[in-house]
Amino acid sequence: MDKKLKQRDDLSIVIAGEAGQGIETIEIILTKLLKRAGYNVFAAKEYMSRVRGGTNSIGIRISSRPVACFVNRIDIVFPLDKKAIMRLKPRMTEKTIIVGDKKALATDEKIIDIPFLDLAESIGNPIFANIIAVGFAIGLLDIGQDVLLLFLSEYFSKKGKEIIDQNVRAGQIGWDLGQEKQKSLDISFEIKKDISVANEFIINGHQAISLGAIAGGCNFIPSYPMSPSTGVLTFMAQQGENFGIVVEQAEDEISAINMGLGSWYAGGRSMVTTSGGGFALMTEGISLAGCIESPMVIHLAQRPGPATGLPTRTEQGDLELALYAGHGEFPRVIYAPGNIQDAFLCAYKAFELADKYQVPVIILTDQLLLDSYYNISGLPIITEEIKNLIIKTQAGYKRYQITENGISDRGIPGYGEGFVCVDSDEHDEGGYITEDFDTRIAMVDKRLKKGELLKQEILEPEFYGDQDYEKLVVGWGSTNHVILEAMRSKENNGIGYLYFKQIYPLSEKIEEYWKRSKEVIFVENNATGQFEKLIRREFGLSANRHIRKYNGLPFSVEEVFEQL
Amino acid sequence: MSQTIYDMEQCDIAWCPGCGNFGILNIIKDALVGLSLPQQDVVFVSGIGQAAKIPQYMKAHYFNGLHGRALPPATAIKATNPKLTVIAESGDGDMYGEGGNHFIHCIRRNPNITNIVHNNMVYGLTKGQASPTSERGFKTPVQINGVILEPFNPIAVAISLDASFVARVSVGEKDHAKEIVKKAILHKGYALVDFFQPCVTFNKTNTYKWFKEHTYFLEESHDMSNRIKAFEKAIETEKLPLGVFYVNEKKPVFEEQLTVYRSDKRPLYERGSDLAKLNEFINNFKN
Repeated sequence: MDKKLKQRDDLSIVIAGEAGQGIETIEIILTKLLKRAGYNVFAAKEYMSRVRGGTNSIGIRISSRPVACFVNRIDIVFPLDKKAIMRLKPRMTEKTIIVGDKKALATDEKIIDIPFLDLAESIGNPIFANIIAVGFAIGLLDIGQDVLLLFLSEYFSKKGKEIIDQNVRAGQIGWDLGQEKQKSLDISFEIKKDISVANEFIINGHQAISLGAIAGGCNFIPSYPMSPSTGVLTFMAQQGENFGIVVEQAEDEISAINMGLGSWYAGGRSMVTTSGGGFALMTEGISLAGCIESPMVIHLAQRPGPATGLPTRTEQGDLELALYAGHGEFPRVIYAPGNIQDAFLCAYKAFELADKYQVPVIILTDQLLLDSYYNISGLPIITEEIKNLIIKTQAGYKRYQITENGISDRGIPGYGEGFVCVDSDEHDEGGYITEDFDTRIAMVDKRLKKGELLKQEILEPEFYGDQDYEKLVVGWGSTNHVILEAMRSKENNGIGYLYFKQIYPLSEKIEEYWKRSKEVIFVENNATGQFEKLIRREFGLSANRHIRKYNGLPFSVEEVFEQL
Repeated sequence: MSQTIYDMEQCDIAWCPGCGNFGILNIIKDALVGLSLPQQDVVFVSGIGQAAKIPQYMKAHYFNGLHGRALPPATAIKATNPKLTVIAESGDGDMYGEGGNHFIHCIRRNPNITNIVHNNMVYGLTKGQASPTSERGFKTPVQINGVILEPFNPIAVAISLDASFVARVSVGEKDHAKEIVKKAILHKGYALVDFFQPCVTFNKTNTYKWFKEHTYFLEESHDMSNRIKAFEKAIETEKLPLGVFYVNEKKPVFEEQLTVYRSDKRPLYERGSDLAKLNEFINNFKN
């Protein structure tokens, strides 16, 4: 082992083991601790669809600069079982440092042998192996033990003195060994600290979507668990009492969305969270939202399909599903946030627009966005208290009164003198079933007018890079960070990058970007280029080239860098 | 309260002359008038089908949603504003067929809503196919050799799930039906009223006469709190009992158990959001 890693100011650490071995504990402690110590961190997980066994891994990056995406390279790996080495082998090079329990791993690889399990047994329980590993990593990174020990005592503060002491001891043992190896092998890093990072936020995609929904006034979430969308349901359940949210696990997704619509009808503000298969079941409900002009917010966390697909993996394969879900013609909004701040913002905006225009709003995310996190300086500041856009009805109230802009006042039952009648059949202004052809036309036009209005509310795509670009890179949603980093890694690149956080409706203004480019490259985490097709259909704008990936994993910086 | 407050001044009714739905409509309106409920607080939720059109013909709030999906929005409406009286009303195909899963789980949830199911043992709106409650051998343009499936027994299923109020009435027994509908609405918890009615166009078997001949009133001595006895009554086939089979007053009510109403009884629409609290909470993510 030599000074291979010198000069590096951007480290990629991977912890891998079987489901149930507690690698998530290592992840949480390590990332929070590193952030507190003033390091930029990023973490994401990749895991198998099983509760025990298999090989799951956590990737953590520590860098002098803010980082927010996955790299293929592994600088240091902590394999907790033998399968992990096999699985990660393609990502390792001769420079990769492997830290592990040689006896347990039974491997011929050149590793830094640390008998984690024996050491843990010496404290009294193999469970401490993970904390020893955390301590080791901190020691190896030459970060002071005071930060580690203080963090551990705080982290376990509710568990009683004995457990705190044991964990602090485990951390100390690991740290001492890490320091010893750092010095004896002369491994040194040059990651710059930034004290302001210590005071930043660490928020993952699930949390950002949930917090944005709460900011948007969400008070009713009926849903059915499905990876990778369940984190939002869990978060809302845990905060339900705190923020006054009704949380109900529905018997199926059909029930979930119909409950959501019932809640909006009665004056609630509802969101459902689901993934592709569950969303497919909800599609008739989305059409109902279109017909009864009900606000509705749907969080669609994508995973690779078709059918059950790869339940715990990531893909951008459901754009077209979201775009066309629901029979009949009616307006909708689709957001696709590509960073934590936008996940929050889009969830917040979803409630605002759903209420204002009485339409369904879909937030498209994926496993990558939801399960990743990194330090951020803050979330967008919301200063305006949410107002429920409902009116107190008068006698003779008509739910679907024809108006100039297509939006009718929304009343709710039990508030005012009028009757609030909503119908999934075509209806007249009062909400009563009709087969009058002129009324039909008036109602279709009324609904579609709202679609035109929604074009005034578009969250425009953000442009990054060289203003005098020749290459225009186009991406949407979770590919945002990886494109940014890959682009910025190229010097004098002549690349411009357009990041879409709203994918429907789209603004005609984007045509300008095409005019100025010599080559347009679409980057999508799917096999068929669904966004590329949408842009071509809407504006006749085409791509010269595309970069796609659909093996279930997110793009790495290296992959995008090479193909740009 | 005026006898006619639920009457529409004019409406173009889509039911066949002689349809059992007319009788049910009158019974429901009479029951509501009899209970003197504030009209502005009564919400009907229905699915799709001829029975599901019933709220169209009354002066009342309604949510006429998707086929089979009346119970989920009804549950959510009640949970969003517990002050409302919520009646989920549709036909046998809607509630027991397309919406069967919701029927089961709504009973488990036990929201304080009334579920009225028009049971005519046939599909009307789609013109005469078998319904989940059609008897074996019932011939239709689809079941050309007669139904070969066992009919769904909603009463037995509801009792087996310990539904908190389970009753069956017949449109031919107007006064009896009205009193039971009133009881169902007043009952605290989920209340099922399976409502026998003839379909004069598509069901030539289960006619007014047939219902008269094949039903009887549960004896006064029937113990409504005895689930086993209620179940025995529910599986009788020779003659079908009418009345309240089973009541469980002790079942916790769904919306009353929700934490949002623990210390604050206001419906959700009367509450605001608390941004200061949220911002303070977000600050925890620094640690």
